[in-house]
Amino acid sequence: MARALSEAVLGEIARLRGLYPEPRSALLPALHAAQEEAGYLTEAAMEDVGRTLGVPLTEVVSVATFYEMFHLERPGRHHIRICTNLSCYLNGCDRVLEHLCGRLGVRPGETTPDGRVTVEAVQCLAACEEAPVLLIDAERHPRVSPAALDDLLARLA
Amino acid sequence: MPRPLLTRHLGRPGRERIDAYLETGGYQAASTALRDLTPEKIVEIVEASGLRGRGGAGFPAGRKWKLTPKREGEARYLVVNADESEPGTFKDRTLIEQDPHQLLEGMLIAAYANQVHQAFVYLRGEFFAGYDRLRGALADAYARGYFGRNILGTGFDLEVVIHRGAGAYICGEETALLESLEGKRGFPRLKPPYYPAVKGLYGQPTVLNNVETLAHIPHIIALGVDGYRAYGPPVLYSVSGHVLDPGVKELPIGTPLREIIFEHAGGLRPGRTLKALFPGGSSSAILTAEHLDTPADFEPLAKLGSMLGSSAIIVMDDTTCMPAVIRRTVEFYRDESCGKCTPCREGTIWLSQILDRILLGRGRMEDLDLLDGIARNMTGTCFCPLGESVPPSLRASLRHFHEEYEHHIKTGACDVRPVAAAGA
Ligand SMILES: Cc1cc2nc3c(=O)[nH]c(=O)nc-3n(C[C@H](O)[C@H](O)[C@H](O)COP(=O)(O)O)c2cc1C
Ligand code: SF4
Ligand code: FES
Repeated sequence: MARALSEAVLGEIARLRGLYPEPRSALLPALHAAQEEAGYLTEAAMEDVGRTLGVPLTEVVSVATFYEMFHLERPGRHHIRICTNLSCYLNGCDRVLEHLCGRLGVRPGETTPDGRVTVEAVQCLAACEEAPVLLIDAERHPRVSPAALDDLLARLA
Repeated sequence: MPRPLLTRHLGRPGRERIDAYLETGGYQAASTALRDLTPEKIVEIVEASGLRGRGGAGFPAGRKWKLTPKREGEARYLVVNADESEPGTFKDRTLIEQDPHQLLEGMLIAAYANQVHQAFVYLRGEFFAGYDRLRGALADAYARGYFGRNILGTGFDLEVVIHRGAGAYICGEETALLESLEGKRGFPRLKPPYYPAVKGLYGQPTVLNNVETLAHIPHIIALGVDGYRAYGPPVLYSVSGHVLDPGVKELPIGTPLREIIFEHAGGLRPGRTLKALFPGGSSSAILTAEHLDTPADFEPLAKLGSMLGSSAIIVMDDTTCMPAVIRRTVEFYRDESCGKCTPCREGTIWLSQILDRILLGRGRMEDLDLLDGIARNMTGTCFCPLGESVPPSLRASLRHFHEEYEHHIKTGACDVRPVAAAGA
């Protein structure tokens, strides 16, 4: 049967499975690994994950859809997560979000038509001392003003 | 003021490297514990220290460890709650990023005290930097013999797995966390019987502690009960919002709110006055300026109908629109509700709809009773504490800021200078 995931990722999932007393515990880490490869989770990829861990596809899908970080559709090449919770709100995140969406021509939750950036308004990132704060992919940026945001966007490939 | 204990080396470049940690006496407490102390003795010391869980519920750590059955030949687990997502709270992330070995050392001692050989760190999925730091630190600690088999030649074994979550606030709740760690959706389990200490991961006894709780442990062992308690005992307050110097403030527990905010967090912007604050994350009932002399400790805050929780102080000055703040809070719980029970799932939707209406200038006076009524009906009827977190702040805001809600309803406008303008 055709496999969606590369040998490398399947190997990694097998390794993850071995770390836990029960294989199913490796489901979240396995989904992270699968998602890292393609950028999102296709049904075929989730089938591979399920087969490796002995979890039925319907269960894999039900778990994947419960967690916000898993994408069942292709997101942008870059992912901007901007916190809109209390401390960031008190420090002007709405202006930053508005500016961001204006610059990219998207609404929160959307991806630019060229597939470059997905913008997501997220809950408290546990970095409230840096409010307003956002993540561009894995990197956190503190005290972001609209002007600082322009610089950050200019640096995105 | 005593020197900081847990945060003494925070922010020092290279602190995540094991040599930097060892240079300041790191892993000495663990080595004393494993070589010279019995597990029972450690539990006793931790109990005597008075350390209470720092994840929010404040359960005494030593008592929790005592409650964990230690039957020969039965699997037991240690699970670290590193899912920190309570709005306003950032102390755990800071500890993980800036001094990961302190947490690892606390885990090692906790595992030994509970005779656990397998530990998991349930790390919030969005902690990308923290994951790298912790993973690197753990690999170094393994390489130096602090984890793995026959640790420090004592015959004690401990394996550690760092397990990344994937974005779900409810997974910070301990039983939902365990479901998630078992590869399921994060639905809370019924307590009783599912108290993690007795029926935790895979149904086995499980010691489940917060990051900060475990970070205290090496210091308790190193200093002894009296030496440790001389520091306050210490606690990490996360202070944010409208203060000039936000950050993690390590202070003796029970430091008055006023002192924390005005002496340690830089106070407010010039010309501003304090309007309200959350003393323990967005799940704690808001307080006002009249409560500023309250000691930030479990009992005094509980007496006010609020709580210390994760000791996250969110400060709001007079430019803040309270109905807007409460709407944001309600939206958070609405979005993060796991949907398992009706009062929480539906209640949060209704509340946010009514608050929307009021803030859009289409509210009616009856809406205020409606808000209060829904909040009252949610109280005591939700399956887990997530849903129970919504009513306290909403109801406190209706009590303290009733005129502000009324003004929105009567005039359709906000009488508070908009936050955006104030910040500009
Ligand atoms: C909705 C909800 C979210 C929670 N989130 C966290 C969290 O992010 N981190 C944490 O340590 N505890 C959290 N808790 C508390 C845990 O359930 C648990 O009490 C705690 O991790 C136990 O550790 P401790 O005794 O060391 O504090 C949460 C509780 C609830 C009800
Ligand atoms: S109170 Fe909310 S989060 Fe808790 S079980 Fe019910 S629906 Fe889920
Ligand atoms: S409120 Fe934005 S990081 Fe906490």
